[in-house]
Amino acid sequence: MILPVLEAVDIVKILGRGPSQVQALKGVSLSLAGGELMLLMGPSGSGKTTLLSILGCILSPSSGQIRVCGQTTASLQPEEMAKLRRDYLGFIFQSYHLFPTLTAVDNVQLALDVRGEASAPAIVKAKAALATVGLSHKTKSFPRELSHGEQQRVAIARAIVGNPSVILADEPTSALDSENGRAIMKVLAEIAKKQSCGVLVVTHDPRIVPFADRIVRIEDGRIVGEEGCGVGIK
Amino acid sequence: MEPISRSTRDEAVIQIMPLIVRLSWRNLIHDRLRFVATVIGIVFSIVLVTVQMGLFLSFERMVTTMIDHAPADLWVVPLGTKCFEDPSLVDERERFRALSINGVTEALPIVIGFAQWRLPSGGTTPVFIVGSDLRAGGMQPWNLAAGSLADLAIPGAVAIDQSYFGRLGTKGLGASAEIRDQKVQVTAVTKGIRAFTTTPYVFTSLDRARAYVGTSPNKATYFLVRVDSNADVESIRGRLQAILSESEVLTPDEFRRRSRSFWLFGTGAGAALFAGALLGIIVGTVIVAQTLYSSTKDHLNEFATLRAVGASGMYIYKIIIIQALLSAIIGFCIAAGIGLTVVNATAESALPIIMTPGMSVGLFLLTVVMCVLSAISAIVQVMRIDPAVVFTR
Repeated sequence: MILPVLEAVDIVKILGRGPSQVQALKGVSLSLAGGELMLLMGPSGSGKTTLLSILGCILSPSSGQIRVCGQTTASLQPEEMAKLRRDYLGFIFQSYHLFPTLTAVDNVQLALDVRGEASAPAIVKAKAALATVGLSHKTKSFPRELSHGEQQRVAIARAIVGNPSVILADEPTSALDSENGRAIMKVLAEIAKKQSCGVLVVTHDPRIVPFADRIVRIEDGRIVGEEGCGVGIK
Repeated sequence: MEPISRSTRDEAVIQIMPLIVRLSWRNLIHDRLRFVATVIGIVFSIVLVTVQMGLFLSFERMVTTMIDHAPADLWVVPLGTKCFEDPSLVDERERFRALSINGVTEALPIVIGFAQWRLPSGGTTPVFIVGSDLRAGGMQPWNLAAGSLADLAIPGAVAIDQSYFGRLGTKGLGASAEIRDQKVQVTAVTKGIRAFTTTPYVFTSLDRARAYVGTSPNKATYFLVRVDSNADVESIRGRLQAILSESEVLTPDEFRRRSRSFWLFGTGAGAALFAGALLGIIVGTVIVAQTLYSSTKDHLNEFATLRAVGASGMYIYKIIIIQALLSAIIGFCIAAGIGLTVVNATAESALPIIMTPGMSVGLFLLTVVMCVLSAISAIVQVMRIDPAVVFTR
């Protein structure tokens, strides 16, 4: 049995205070194995983004437990959470969040720089990551010189350059056309398989369903269904 | 071989920088107009501080220039003397009392005072007479640019500084004028002996000084006391003070401190200079703080992204502090260039602005501290970032 790289156990998240208080997550449990590509699908307001923020150790749950590679996040201070993120997690955002003043290779290298990696080996790794996503010819391009698809590839390169155990992707194809969307998902699926990395993709996009090993559906803060073939997950 | 273009060369230089410095630099120049405003703010602030502090140093030196150049181990001054230019008088008997102390080798009288210098074109201008026994090596002029000390022995001979030729209406060596209806002739010209009061110094012999300022022959303003090289100055000073009832005995350092204290703080001149410098620092700090704050605000998404991908708080603070330091270095270099130009332009004027290596180092440190303090508001803002915004924007 493959051990999960990311686990959420009975996660509850309450947002806001007083009369405007909302229970965004109502006891969500899921786990993601290394090498698995999981889709988290659900309508707007279902709690996808809140769950992603909690799984990404950016938000703390009101109750429940998160374990990243076996390490529980309960009682971690913000700086310890940041360390957990840079050591185990890679992020891909809907609007890429690339640094407009840095070249593609600099944007990727930045993920290693925050870990304190030396410049020369970091540049080699950043170029290799860009080659993995098919952008070895665009290393010196600035984000404004790249298409949307290419920008998302740079974001993927930034997410994978540190060999994370988990990649969390927030609507990675929503700003892309079908062809680019498929290409991005193909890259993510390959990364999951080749690097034994757990990839969790939050999406609305039904076009990318064929790339998933498993689909988890969330509605109104609860997991309402799972489908697809698992890879040894309980 | 193809020539390397300037932009390629600049890019190569930028690539050598560590990534965090590159990111800080590019954040800084992303909005060029704002960066220029920041640098102008720093330059304005540091030039203002340079000028104020340069004037302060200049004044500080000017108010003690006579004391610095007097060959005295001790000064006998009238009771309550505030500064060198304070023209009270002591009786010649004090001199003989001083000379009676074992170990005192000389007590040279000095007479100072204001007089009117009649301009060749008509009218008068005030001058400050400094008279001493030139043959005994009293308060002699220094930095001679023309003429000689020996020429001051000629009847009616005076020495003036070349920076006051215009004020005194003379053309220099050999020129004639009148002081208190007595003919004088310029037989020596000095360079750089300027007065804090802007009233020109006129060096002359002791007798003629008494005549020009209207002092009786048995009076003097100060006595320059020299002691035997083997004698203990402090001990002699104690004994002198004990027998001189109408005078005070000061070391040169004490007299300097007293003069500085009077001119720079007693008159408020020093406080005004410090207030100007403080104003410069405040204006600079506010401008840099404002621009760093707005720059940080513009890049909040990027800082949130950094935080989301695991950057430590320290990494993010470093970016802001590096931005502040880069602004400080660039601003200081330009300000130092302008400061040096001002120093050179005023070097020969009646009011030179002085910049010393120590002051330059101090100003650089001040610039750095000012810019780093300015970064606090930006850091406080970054500390409040919620990295979760990267999923919603």
